[in-house]
Amino acid sequence: MQQRDNENRLSQEYTNSVLLNGTLQTPKWWPYLVSILGFFVVIGFVLFGIQIKYGLGVTGLNRPIYWGLYITTFVFWVGISHAGIMISAILRLTQAEWRRPVTRAAEILTIFSLATALVFPLIHAGRTWRIVYWLIPYDASRGIWPNIRSPLFMDPIAISTYLTGSTLFLFVALLPDLAVLRDRTTGFRKGFYTILALGWRGNPRQWKMQVVGGILLSALMLPIFVSVHSIVSWDFAVTTAVEGWHSTIFAPYFVIGAVHSGVSAVVTMMALMRWGWGWNEFIRPEHFDALARLLTVVATAWLGFTFLELLFALYGLDAPEIALREMQIFQYPWNMLFLTFLLTGYILPVPMWIFKRIRTNIALMFWSSILVNIGMWLERFLIIVPGLARRTPFVFTWEAYSPSWFEWYILFWSFCWVTLLMLIFSRVFPLVPLFEQKESEVFSDDIKIGRATVPTIFREEEE
Amino acid sequence: MVAEKNRSWGMVIDTDKCNGCSGCVTACQVENNIPLNDQNKFERGRVMSWIRIERYWEGEFPNVKARFIPIMCQHCENAPCEPVCPVYATYHNNEGLNVQVYNRCVGTRYCANGCPYIVRMFNYWEPTWPEEIRNHLNPDVTIRSRGIMEKCSMCMQRIKRGERNAGDQLQDGEIKTACQEACTTGAITFGDLNDPESEVSILAKSDRKYSLMPQLNTNPNVVYLATVDPYKDKNLGEKAKTNEH
Repeated sequence: MQQRDNENRLSQEYTNSVLLNGTLQTPKWWPYLVSILGFFVVIGFVLFGIQIKYGLGVTGLNRPIYWGLYITTFVFWVGISHAGIMISAILRLTQAEWRRPVTRAAEILTIFSLATALVFPLIHAGRTWRIVYWLIPYDASRGIWPNIRSPLFMDPIAISTYLTGSTLFLFVALLPDLAVLRDRTTGFRKGFYTILALGWRGNPRQWKMQVVGGILLSALMLPIFVSVHSIVSWDFAVTTAVEGWHSTIFAPYFVIGAVHSGVSAVVTMMALMRWGWGWNEFIRPEHFDALARLLTVVATAWLGFTFLELLFALYGLDAPEIALREMQIFQYPWNMLFLTFLLTGYILPVPMWIFKRIRTNIALMFWSSILVNIGMWLERFLIIVPGLARRTPFVFTWEAYSPSWFEWYILFWSFCWVTLLMLIFSRVFPLVPLFEQKESEVFSDDIKIGRATVPTIFREEEE
Repeated sequence: MVAEKNRSWGMVIDTDKCNGCSGCVTACQVENNIPLNDQNKFERGRVMSWIRIERYWEGEFPNVKARFIPIMCQHCENAPCEPVCPVYATYHNNEGLNVQVYNRCVGTRYCANGCPYIVRMFNYWEPTWPEEIRNHLNPDVTIRSRGIMEKCSMCMQRIKRGERNAGDQLQDGEIKTACQEACTTGAITFGDLNDPESEVSILAKSDRKYSLMPQLNTNPNVVYLATVDPYKDKNLGEKAKTNEH
């Protein structure tokens, strides 16, 4: 098959055949990985069942450390979900061309991490079987409405709004690719894609509606970008009594941290997509380069917020607040965690990204993005647990927290669960948007300026 | 109908009279069907007791003095636990009590994080009692299942029974909480803070009154009376002095 045409562009047939290699065929490693992950996921469900049956005593939680690993992981996954909106909505509206091959992966990551985040309050609650009482804002059986003042009630609303928006966005972007799949499959799968493709034939009117729909959805989803993680941060910020939680800077601090961890997770995914499916010609070092530049800016802004948060806390010269910070930063074992958090969240990865040779090195980008997410998980842990483990004036309530293996497994389970869902998705739908890829091939060109060849993007401007 | 009574149940605890005997803790345990605390619960930090005695040591040897303060739900008028509950499982009723509705509770434990006094307990396991004790459980009090919060109710069952028995002629001091009855030194007084002639109202106007963590503006219905310190003018006095405002 001819890979490149006369103008050195990837041919459309070649693009189709390579990008559908995970959808129309099964990669060799796919069944093994899916069954291993499926095994871990099933164990996770069994453990969750055991916890429901016997109670939350299986965790390491106590009084006063009522929130632990579950809530940390909940916040972590909500944070990861900011990848989608950052990459597909903001970069789409700002017309960043390099976003194209990663939009779908970011969207999928958003949807599955949000779905996982929504599960965590259920796992965390004492009586999961009654959760329907508060998730559904309808006074059917109790005669009272949920408490709208509680951030814990705003959480599911914000997250499910985000989930709905992201799913619609994903679907609109999938339409042309669904039609491609419809034309290349037979039997049951053909029927499935035919229904989903909604009669897509690729005529100008349909393309126009698809583009307008995508732009509208990105614009409509922008407020969610701010609201979701702000509301999650209010879970902590509204508690007047807990030092280290009660802070006014939490909302922007959490949002910028979420972008930091979410975009890093996209980098991790891109590396895995190169290695797993061999899409080296579509997910190129330039894309890693661009994402790492974005990350450098975001990470530095986030570091600024981290120090501002400390500054805000110490500015009041409130003795309990200072005592909490002293514990969080200088006392064992929190000091070790804090050091790891700073090293992995910023000090190790970000200076690496200054160098172009590292930014375009896939393996290094993969590991540095993983480091960031270790750091970001620790950030949430270091906010939630030391705040509760603070030394209150009531000495008889002082406790330490060591998570049980149960909680660690559920944390591990969440990663298996998200990966499993993404792998199953990749077998049914293409992970790299075919039409976006082809569109960018048409738009892009090389121009010669002197001796240098510069890649450029051509756009038709409307008069 | 209930609203017309316009009551505000409150408590005054005289820390000067408290000798830290833990009688109130035991009485509360029996009255309110609180599961027994075994070694495992202490080790894991999951002790259930709606009232606890905090002990503080003051001074240097030999002039050392133990201070006790019983702490239970403060029934704050401006309670931090109430707005954060997503299901209204905890709310303020029209008799000045902070009420925990077990049936509504889904166990998010958010209220417990909001509480500055750390008096809310979570049922990590299904509560169990030895066979001999099961027959002695108080039939007036619900047994809480696993996965929900519980806390001091100011002996709600006693308040209701007292109101029912007395009708309109409820006298001050007629209703006694379990901890109050058990207190050998009479450090605990319970009554209606809205009735200006009740014993609690008079005691709550004392010069020695103070409330816990006033900086949080929770406005508790439990008022403490500071210790009267005979060593005040000697080297120990500094802390007692600050308490007596």
